Amino acid sequence: MAWFLIKRLAQSVLVMVAVAFLAFSLFRFVGDPVSQMTGVETSVEDRERLREELGLNDPFALQFLRFTGDLLQGDFGYSYRTRQPVGEMILDRLPATIELGVVALLISLVVGIPAGIYTALRPKGVTSQSVLLLTLVGVSIPTFVIGIMLIFTFGVWLNWLPTFGRGGTVEIGWWESSLLRPEGWRFLILPALTLGVYQLTLTMRLVRAEMMEVMRSDHIRFATARGVPWRRLHFRHALPNTMIPVITIIGLQFGGVIAFSIVTESVFQWPGMGLLFLESIRFVDIPVMSVYLVVIAFFFVVVNLAVDLLYVAIDPRLRVREAA
Amino acid sequence: MTLLSVEDLTVRFPSRFGELTAVEGVSLSIGPGEIHGLVGESGAGKSTIGAAVIGLLPHPGYVAEGRLRLGETDLRALSPRAAHRLRGDRISMIFQDPQTSLDPLMTVEEQLIETMQAHSDISRRAARERAVDLLEEIGIRDAESRISSYPHQFSGGMRQRVVIALALCTDPELIIADEPTTALDVAVQSQVLALIRRLADERGIGFLLITHDIGVIAQVADRVTVLRGGKVMESGATRQVLGQPAHDYTRDLMDSVPPIDRRLERFRVPGEGGGGARHAQDDRPAAQARRWLTAEGETEPVGLSLDEVTVRFAGARRGLWTREAPFVALDGVSLSVRPGSVLGLVGESGSGKSTLAKVITGLVSPASGQMSLGGEALPAAKARPRGHAARRLIQMIFQDPFSSLNARHDVGRILGEPLWLYGLEPDAKRRRALSAAMLDLVGLPADAIDKYPHQFSGGQRQRIAIARALLARPRFLICDEPTSALDVSIQAQVLNLLKDLQSLFGLTVLFISHDLAVVRQLADEVAVMQSGKLVEAGPTDQIFERPRADYTRDLLRLTPVMPAEWRAA
Repeated sequence: MAWFLIKRLAQSVLVMVAVAFLAFSLFRFVGDPVSQMTGVETSVEDRERLREELGLNDPFALQFLRFTGDLLQGDFGYSYRTRQPVGEMILDRLPATIELGVVALLISLVVGIPAGIYTALRPKGVTSQSVLLLTLVGVSIPTFVIGIMLIFTFGVWLNWLPTFGRGGTVEIGWWESSLLRPEGWRFLILPALTLGVYQLTLTMRLVRAEMMEVMRSDHIRFATARGVPWRRLHFRHALPNTMIPVITIIGLQFGGVIAFSIVTESVFQWPGMGLLFLESIRFVDIPVMSVYLVVIAFFFVVVNLAVDLLYVAIDPRLRVREAA
Repeated sequence: MTLLSVEDLTVRFPSRFGELTAVEGVSLSIGPGEIHGLVGESGAGKSTIGAAVIGLLPHPGYVAEGRLRLGETDLRALSPRAAHRLRGDRISMIFQDPQTSLDPLMTVEEQLIETMQAHSDISRRAARERAVDLLEEIGIRDAESRISSYPHQFSGGMRQRVVIALALCTDPELIIADEPTTALDVAVQSQVLALIRRLADERGIGFLLITHDIGVIAQVADRVTVLRGGKVMESGATRQVLGQPAHDYTRDLMDSVPPIDRRLERFRVPGEGGGGARHAQDDRPAAQARRWLTAEGETEPVGLSLDEVTVRFAGARRGLWTREAPFVALDGVSLSVRPGSVLGLVGESGSGKSTLAKVITGLVSPASGQMSLGGEALPAAKARPRGHAARRLIQMIFQDPFSSLNARHDVGRILGEPLWLYGLEPDAKRRRALSAAMLDLVGLPADAIDKYPHQFSGGQRQRIAIARALLARPRFLICDEPTSALDVSIQAQVLNLLKDLQSLFGLTVLFISHDLAVVRQLADEVAVMQSGKLVEAGPTDQIFERPRADYTRDLLRLTPVMPAEWRAA
């Protein structure tokens, strides 16, 4: 178990270093940062001085070491566009994206898993068939179309919910939360739905497929032959066995939700990291883009680590093997 | 008194092509304490009868006609709810594979307790006590602590005991045992069979014992019903039916069962050709294949010898720097196969039989030891280059005919592969002609060449696998349990074919099997392995008549067979 954890952590560190390297390369080789920072009136001597101060004349390896060293110490550099520290900018936007992602994930799980179980246990029912048809529609429509349809229905037509931005937030320390006041939820619900729908359909179809597979397995047949009550059979035997592969996909998807909330955030003008990234692209704000890359990679790594630990919690076969 | 009575049972499976009748007009009855054997080949409807009795017919099968009574209860009249309550309570079931029939995520304790609580108002504590007692009774030592283990922490035989405990914990009247020992080694099999016999005698439980193994039936069943194509062929007291079969089919079936106490020259196989190699008149394609195989001077038989071969597999990691001790799969094995002879290699699962085959084919690298083929040194694994002659000379036939042929290639392509791979035949047309000739030699029709593997039965696929091996012009053939996935009558045909081909082409064969009776029929010499070591080796008759090692004696004693005197009577 300890070894397993160490191995995973080592792999995570390796992934982070690789991403930091890519981000750094992007930072250094896409263009000359000095000429983007300074105007035409800056003299050649001043540029050279700036170059020296920023350490741009040092060898590549040294610069990379300094970059990772700074990252490790929490120094993320400065944005070209706003001249603010990048760390602060990202931290400012982080809560919005995380809350959006988590709520979207919860929606997809709370609806997707029960719907998956239901459609697996009654595959021929009218309800199951219509739900399946509906999810097919859900999978086929692109996220931004869903967003626009929701805006049209609930914002423009029914006029129930706000259609852009984030409001009604409460500050807890540096974390700005939408979750504590009803007003915050009114802003959150449409983007979260938009982001969650695709996840939901995927989770449901996956749970359904896995559950049907498990229901055909020998140990379920044996439990049926022992007269184990149906409810227990479905929820204590079949469901945990279903969840093992499902967790992997959900974990991967959650990383994706955080990373690719860009589309949803831009449709709803949600002030999260994705929107920040889009703005940065427009202004070739390389420091922000590269730090964004590193932060997203960090999310993927953490989520994957959590998935691995969940496996161990669910599956006794992965715990220390004892001799039979 | 009758416990279970089945009268005129007919089970149908509706399908797009009309209704398929899986079981037709079957009647049988079981009394308390009686073990009733249900025997037949695959597709005979054995398992379907068991599933119909317990009410778990796979969709869309249904009971079309007949009566099913358990004591006074009409099983067909039960509501789904009542039927589910009865399952486990009055009828239990034991499945074939103990590896898959327990929930891997739940402790044995939890599974036992939930089963008892499903059928009676018993407290967790009382249920646990009963469970511990039951496990002790069934032969699990230290049950008090073992009970909180997960299924994967038990060995195969122990797991099957847990399965039996689960079937028993509610005190059922009837237990349906569907191939309960097929996945087990002989020693464990004999213990499990003895346990079943004891439970029938002491507790008066009726057993419906479904199996394809005549030896198992002979050992424990009181009565037996022989099935074929869903119909009862013959039924009666075990000794009567097996010793003096009245029905032709039973007689054929008994003829196909290889005897362990003597060697038959050939199996008597009903129907055309006896299943052996086509006897080649000169105008048949088979003759062409035979000429091709024997031409070009490569007819000299080659021998193989192993000297002190040891294989270790790295142990599982325990911590950052520590590993478990390496697993020794082969421990200094020395043996030789005489040129042109058949060496039978027997042993239980995990004894290293298949590892030995992999070392010879160069798939596993030995830690130490030497090998030689036909007097020349045989390099191991990575030291044996792709183009090394031994890669062609040594060919293999695998156990599972379903996974050893590429499902996406047609037979022509499968058979043509060794011909171009080893550069034997550059011309595509001639490759195809040779493949067709080889199909004829192994007894398959000419149109087989354009079909895909899934269009063939298990026995036919094994013939394709044999044809593929022969098309490499091998001199040394490794057969790893080639017939253990086949029905006995098909097994008899495939064994006849192997015998014919071996003598026809002077092949040297390593024949790996856990089935002693099969080895006796085929092997000139026998080697016995146990946990990676060679226990005993010698001429077949000597090993079977006068075994020296205790282990060999145990294997022979524990293999279930029909007593010889039954046949004489």
